Amino acid sequence: MHPIRKKRLTIVLFLLAGLSIAVALTTYALRQNINLFYDPTQISAGEAPMDVRIRAGGMVEAGTVVRDPDSLKVVFHVTDYNASVPVEYVGILPDLFAEGQGIVAMGRLNNEGRFVADQVLAKHDENYMPPEVADALEKASKNEGSSMPASAQPASY
Amino acid sequence: MWQFFHKLGSPKWFFGISTRFMPWLLAGGVILLMAGVVWGLAFAPEDYLQGNSYRIIFIHVPTAFMAQSVYIMMASAALVTLVWRMKLADVFVKAVAPVGLVLTFLALFTGAVWGKPTWGTWWIWDARLTSMLILMFLYGGVIALDRAINDEKSAARAVAVLVLVGVVNIPIIKYSVEWWNTLHQPATFKLTEKPSMPAEMWVPLLLSVLGLYLIFGWLACVRMQTEILSREQRTRWVREFVMKGRV
Repeated sequence: MHPIRKKRLTIVLFLLAGLSIAVALTTYALRQNINLFYDPTQISAGEAPMDVRIRAGGMVEAGTVVRDPDSLKVVFHVTDYNASVPVEYVGILPDLFAEGQGIVAMGRLNNEGRFVADQVLAKHDENYMPPEVADALEKASKNEGSSMPASAQPASY
Repeated sequence: MWQFFHKLGSPKWFFGISTRFMPWLLAGGVILLMAGVVWGLAFAPEDYLQGNSYRIIFIHVPTAFMAQSVYIMMASAALVTLVWRMKLADVFVKAVAPVGLVLTFLALFTGAVWGKPTWGTWWIWDARLTSMLILMFLYGGVIALDRAINDEKSAARAVAVLVLVGVVNIPIIKYSVEWWNTLHQPATFKLTEKPSMPAEMWVPLLLSVLGLYLIFGWLACVRMQTEILSREQRTRWVREFVMKGRV
């Protein structure tokens, strides 16, 4: 390669490497701000601030959804299969909201450790399958004694 | 190899060879894209969770994938511009930037349409959506910077530097869903594992991605030819070409 071109190539590569390091360090330093939500483990460890609008995300724990018969109030627990946080919400839930599904809620953490949400968004995972396959999987997992469908494994939230 | 590389630098040679490829690119692209989209929208099974609304994936994923692919191609061309000062590389960058802008917009738009029924919101400032929006602004910036500088050579270098700086954003888009908590789900397709969807879903998806790739190739050739004609308008081969009326 021509020496001038070699020199240019070295300069460009050095600039790119420097820039990548700068961006990597910046995003690493800001990682808590880039994370969209706190997970239940962080909240129960006290990492999330009280009385500040934050987002909490995780799986809706099976068997914890309690609907108030007279209003739109819903109480449920979100979990990351490690810790669990109670969430209270008044309003219409998205269609995909179900036990074992991922959600991201926006709201405040009160001093009883309860998360009072004013918005609940559904999160779905990267697995797609026809309904028949999902049914078959669920049946198979029930026969093995576990009630959790394959789609709700912890790794996928 | 080097001879091929130098030949590629000649706009006249590229003009001739691309004219021969273009009908095949267009025909192949239209057939594959139509097959993939029709198969995906009408015949693929519905999703157990999202029902039919997941079908927008057959448009969302190809546009989002191409939006990033086009940027990587643009960045490679920008490197060639800076190091080898090859004219054709610069022609490529200028020709495909608006195509990339449109693809990124389509990816964001179809994502929003998909997000409303599934997540419950059109937009959220999570890492994936935000980095994709930055990609759209980068494409816009490349187009604007090119228009702002009149001198062809300085425009080429300035644009190449901007494109290369922006390439840092590509791994951020790709890994945003793994590095940070996002509302957007992680990738369904990974190089090392089999896709987390059945074949009757990923085959039409793959067809539409390939189809869009070919159509992009055709579009890039058309736009590069136009750019070459306007840049080389004072040369003899362009005059002869235009006089023959074969435009």
